[in-house]
Amino acid sequence: MCVLAHVLEDAGIATVVLASMRPVAEKMRVPRTLYCEFPLGRPLGIPGDAEFQHDVLRAAFDLLEASSGPVVEDYPKAVEADETPLACDLPPRFDADLPPSVAEAQGLQAAYGRALARRGATEVGRSIGSDEVPGALADLERVVAGEHWKEVYGPRLDAIAVSHDIRAYYQEAALELADGPPAGARQVEAWFFEKTEAGKTLAAARDALNEQGAPGGITFYMVPIGR
Amino acid sequence: MSSDLMMREFGANLPVPEFETTPWTTPPPLAEATVAIVTSAALHRPDQDLFTPFDTGYRMIDRSDRKLVLGHWSSNFDRSAFLLDHNAVYPIDRLEELAADGVVGQVAPRHVAFAGNQPDTVEEVRLDTGPAAAAELKADGVDVAILTPV
Repeated sequence: MCVLAHVLEDAGIATVVLASMRPVAEKMRVPRTLYCEFPLGRPLGIPGDAEFQHDVLRAAFDLLEASSGPVVEDYPKAVEADETPLACDLPPRFDADLPPSVAEAQGLQAAYGRALARRGATEVGRSIGSDEVPGALADLERVVAGEHWKEVYGPRLDAIAVSHDIRAYYQEAALELADGPPAGARQVEAWFFEKTEAGKTLAAARDALNEQGAPGGITFYMVPIGR
Repeated sequence: MSSDLMMREFGANLPVPEFETTPWTTPPPLAEATVAIVTSAALHRPDQDLFTPFDTGYRMIDRSDRKLVLGHWSSNFDRSAFLLDHNAVYPIDRLEELAADGVVGQVAPRHVAFAGNQPDTVEEVRLDTGPAAAAELKADGVDVAILTPV
């Protein structure tokens, strides 16, 4: 972001960075920075709050009045961590012969389909399609149960993209099913890793892969830091 | 410590490219300016190429595009906000409203998405893809860019 500010400004485009990391913007001598202490992933602060978003943009555009820089201003309102949970009940398990995560993922297919139809876009598909999510979880269950990842996957471990696709599938389905106010920052993540069988399987598979000596560069990115 | 705090500490200690000076462009008055959004959220349309893990390229997004995918590879930020309201990351509707109200001159016909996860030197963005994206915006008459990270 900060490099792009330099590049754009050099090209004759005035820039304002809505920075999420103040020290980085300072070190890089960015022309105009509005430091916003908002949850990471929410650079405009609050989803669904047009008035708040307008205020952030107004504060950013105000920096264009400065005659020289670097200019670093703090947006006056911090957005604290929003603890509003995701209210999403999971479908009842309907096939006791399947591992819980696999049955759970199958149960979310209709909700995922509705989400895709409504949005017209999906994050699922980096490595697997939505219909392959239950099978991908079955593979992770095998790793958790003690099989070596090379027996499950062969020589190439594609766990980052597969983990992403599983999580994206759950997130999109869950937001279709959810009731109540919009979930706070990282609350869909919390729901996934704390409430779903798939989230628990993903974290357990990451641990099993680490124990098996799988490349740390892969396992590190399967699950967010701190989980 | 919260995940965000860990990431902020991590980010504060990352090596960054050093710049001796601060470039400066004086824009026209905002009410006459053409404004674009440049985001590092790796947004793309479903028909565009997916971002790869260390993609140094960019995707141009048309002003009217709303069916977009958050293609960023990191799991260390709130990935749900964009799904709840794309304006929380890419405030295109807010910009349209500001233009309709006359606060902003025009909304640019195209906007730009890069991927925030870049090699430490960021050399390709600095020397190649960044200037190329800037040239596309200049060709569209863009005066001001608002940069939104995730």
